[in-house]
Amino acid sequence: MTAYFAILLTAILTGNFVLCKFLGICPFLGVSKKLNTALGMSAAVVFVMALATAVTYPINKYLLVKNDLEYLQTIVFILVIAALVQLVEIVLKKFMPPLYNALGIYLPLITTNCAVLGVVILNVDEGYFAQSMFNSVGAGLGFMLAMVIFSGVRSRLESCDVPKFLQGLPIVLIAASIVSLSFMGFTGLVEGLLGL
Amino acid sequence: MAEKKVSLGKEFTKGLIKENPVLRLVLGTCPTLAVSTSIVNALGMGVSAMIVLICSNIVISLLRKIIPSKVRIPVYIVIIASFVTIVQMLVKAFVPALDAALGVYLPLIVVNCIILGRAEAFAGKHAVIASAVDGVGMGVGFTLALCCMAAIREVLGAGTFLAGAQDLLVLFGDNVLGGFNGFTLIKEGSALSPMTVFILAPGGFFTFGLLMACANRIAESRGKPKAELKGCEACPMAGSCSIRADGGACEDGKEEASA
Repeated sequence: MTAYFAILLTAILTGNFVLCKFLGICPFLGVSKKLNTALGMSAAVVFVMALATAVTYPINKYLLVKNDLEYLQTIVFILVIAALVQLVEIVLKKFMPPLYNALGIYLPLITTNCAVLGVVILNVDEGYFAQSMFNSVGAGLGFMLAMVIFSGVRSRLESCDVPKFLQGLPIVLIAASIVSLSFMGFTGLVEGLLGL
Repeated sequence: MAEKKVSLGKEFTKGLIKENPVLRLVLGTCPTLAVSTSIVNALGMGVSAMIVLICSNIVISLLRKIIPSKVRIPVYIVIIASFVTIVQMLVKAFVPALDAALGVYLPLIVVNCIILGRAEAFAGKHAVIASAVDGVGMGVGFTLALCCMAAIREVLGAGTFLAGAQDLLVLFGDNVLGGFNGFTLIKEGSALSPMTVFILAPGGFFTFGLLMACANRIAESRGKPKAELKGCEACPMAGSCSIRADGGACEDGKEEASA
């Protein structure tokens, strides 16, 4: 159990997808301006990441690896993710309208979110199902944490007097750099906490 | 779709500066931040993405009249993914050290918004040669921006310049250029030590922010608007995205632009 907890904590804090691995930067910069859009987007990401891992793992293990077709991984995974996102959108719209209203508008953006394809490819390299699931949920939660923290930082940034040429995107990137610096403080935390 | 007459020279040069994909259009930020820790990695990534971009632009442009517009995004993704797989295999076979260095970012070229963005914004509407030239221009612009960032980060963060050049030169045989493997600017044991933070994640964001500020400064001195995160105009998913109508992320972009 400790091992699973370590995977989860690593994915959320020390190996944060956005701030340490640079995956999913586009939504991180684009949708983090308001807390509620940031939350909606990251909830959709957690959902799709977990689902994509659950679907691609058996496809990879029983279809691709068995038939020596590993080289098709990239094509198959991106297609599976695209199809899955469409399917989730349709199912949610039909059966769970409240959830659709909360997450639906973010779903089309997720197809081309590199964090989702990234987590699936990274998981395949590791290769165990339960570990993969914990890793993807952790990665999604880490994405959510980064988005929520950063939307708070950005709302403060709004009222700041920023030098002319840093206005707009440059100051946002520099703020992201400082948030990312604070995440470096977690280095060694997982090992220390769990005594690994 | 109406085809406009385009000047090839203009299509090429616009990708370099005026519409530089990284610094002006703010596309492809993930690989820009992730692989710009050394110039050699940046160059490898830039060239790989450029090859994919040119090939996919050509094929998409050739097929633009056959692809039904309703399913064009999935079709584009499959075409791009195929070329990414080819490039991935070539890199694995001929430049294995680069494959190890780029890791997961090599297959992630598939979701690089520069490529899908150009397919949607340009190749799907223009003739083959113009699309290929657009691909070359955008690819070179991407590589230039990446190398610019990598040069700053490598010199400040690792104290080296072009370190690991043999990883790429291996393409041309063993020990080309007399086994040149980069310069060490800060020798070990000297009083100076490199600022490691620049090759770590925070340094990436910081360098990118400052570079973009410089690009804005230059653009303004020439009377051009500064770069904004035009998530929606440049985003290939803009057509099917309903945040636009709901006034989420895109509304923010407009506010920034008008402010």
